[in-house]
Amino acid sequence: MIRLNGINKSYITGNNKLHVLKGIDLHIKAGEFVSIMGSSGSGKSTLLNLLGILDEYDAGEYFLDNTLIRNQSETKAAGLRNQYIGFVFQSFNLISFKNAMENVALPLYYQNVNRKKRNRIAMDYLERMGLAEWAEHMPNELSGGQKQRIAIARALISKPKVLLADEPTGALDTTTSYEVMQILKEINSEGITIIIVTHENDISHMTNRIIHLKDGLIEHDLVNGKTG
Amino acid sequence: MFDLDRWQEIMSALKKNKLRTFFTAFGVFWGVFMLVIMLGSGNGLRNGVTSDFGDFATNSVFMWTRPTTIPYKGLPRARQYNFKNDDIDALRREIPEIEYLAPRTEGGGGENGNNVIRGTKSGSFSVMGDYPEWNLIDPVVVFNGRFINHADLKEKRKVAVIGNKVYEVLFKPGEQAIGQYIQIRGVYFQVVGVFKPKNSGVSFGGDKEQSIFIPLTTFQRVYNWGDIIGWFAFTSKPGTPAEIVEEKAAALLKRRHSVSPDDKEAIGSFNMQKEYTQMTGLFQGINGLIWIVGIGTLMAGVIGISNIMLVIVKERTKEIGIQRAIGAKPWNIISQIITESVFLTTFAGYVGLVIGVGILEGVNYAIKSSGAESDMFKNPSIDFNMAITALVILVISGAVAGLIPARKAVSIKPIDALRYE
Repeated sequence: MIRLNGINKSYITGNNKLHVLKGIDLHIKAGEFVSIMGSSGSGKSTLLNLLGILDEYDAGEYFLDNTLIRNQSETKAAGLRNQYIGFVFQSFNLISFKNAMENVALPLYYQNVNRKKRNRIAMDYLERMGLAEWAEHMPNELSGGQKQRIAIARALISKPKVLLADEPTGALDTTTSYEVMQILKEINSEGITIIIVTHENDISHMTNRIIHLKDGLIEHDLVNGKTG
Repeated sequence: MFDLDRWQEIMSALKKNKLRTFFTAFGVFWGVFMLVIMLGSGNGLRNGVTSDFGDFATNSVFMWTRPTTIPYKGLPRARQYNFKNDDIDALRREIPEIEYLAPRTEGGGGENGNNVIRGTKSGSFSVMGDYPEWNLIDPVVVFNGRFINHADLKEKRKVAVIGNKVYEVLFKPGEQAIGQYIQIRGVYFQVVGVFKPKNSGVSFGGDKEQSIFIPLTTFQRVYNWGDIIGWFAFTSKPGTPAEIVEEKAAALLKRRHSVSPDDKEAIGSFNMQKEYTQMTGLFQGINGLIWIVGIGTLMAGVIGISNIMLVIVKERTKEIGIQRAIGAKPWNIISQIITESVFLTTFAGYVGLVIGVGILEGVNYAIKSSGAESDMFKNPSIDFNMAITALVILVISGAVAGLIPARKAVSIKPIDALRYE
């Protein structure tokens, strides 16, 4: 599903060049549940953003579902994100003026699905998350766990092949974190590839594969606790 | 076309800071409001002044004699002379550019005491010897009877067309004037018409309502004027500037009366077209100035909109980042922001237009109902085309105002937009 060959990425700020990713080779098969770990500044978020086509890389190759992703026009990138990728963020990133159902339905709005139909589909997903009775509530009336579940529903509604989550439990307490991870596991069992970035060991151990980044390179790559 | 999500987003963005939205919109509102009020007032001024002219022939020239100032052909300077009947034919024959020619003689008026008598009633009125063509140069409404005609002239009939004030003085209310006789400076005339003047702003020799028109030939005979003409009024044919006719007529009349061609003083003339053109030019100038000032004010408002849209885009950077992460294409974002800008501009402008027109109509109503309608200000209003033009300008400027902020919104990489706090 995802293949990275020699990915390099640097940020230039003024005269300083910060080399963040220094040659990442990685292959993630369809249906895997992967966590990326590493200390702050190891490049894990940068890697996730590249995978999510939110940012561009300098050198190497990135194949998503056997399509080379490079120098996309922003319009095409938006289309690919909408079609292949679902995002879950640490800070939920719900749109404040839309209620839960409308937030979930938003990706379908960009696919020009009519309002009635996309709201009906959104209700299905909310039901799966056990939030059907909160459909009309605005984000500021919901708890962190509820918001993250809505964000997950929103990420899933466009039927993506890959779900990317940047510290999905970073803003949640332990109990809620485990609930969210349980939901992600269920989604993964339906065949969706999931990649999460985390710095919490207990969270990463709920995934099947742990990739450790250090200074822009892969340090370990453990599949089910064994070196891959 | 109507996209609920888009409008939900617009309303949310505008409601977030109501006071700011209000002040921003007020800039555009004020621009349009001022433009409408100024254009309306400008039109009121023009309507007032041009209505004074009414259907007065604006391509007309008036010409009279004055003492000569240059000795010529053995004749001394300061010589008095008069136009004669022969000049009428000569003008018609030699200057084909003349359309209507109306010679006139006038005499009698207030200074000499009452000059018109009917039975026990009498009054002091201006008496004009006229040609029927006069009614084509400075038309009056003959609401009873008729104007002087060529048969009157030819047969030197003693007929009179009287002004409405003359009628009021000499006749009882409701009394039939046509066919009655009145005595003008000792001579009996039969009344054939009663008129009301139309073009109050232009006047020759006294109040038109207190005038009596009689045939020129009759005037000359009964008051011993011989073949003397008081002065000429003529109009140029359509397409010919009145100035050309004025020059040709002056040259011809000088030649016929042995006046030096270089004598600029010997013939007095007044060119109505010159005055009229000058005045319409003035109003065009005022109108142009109004548009410049109005558009300038409007621009200030539109720049305000653009400015605030930039702030809104900056505030919503993260939100836009989220939308792009979940699949919003740049066009979705750009069209969203431009719609927002056009909506704000057009809405504010429309309110300005409606209130502006409302005030103009109110002023109009007040002027009419209070009877304060003056010669200088009449019917202040803007026409429908102007309103449409203003709205089109608003929509375009709203789109332009949204363009820069919209481009800014999509110029940030989605990842930077997402990270923005």
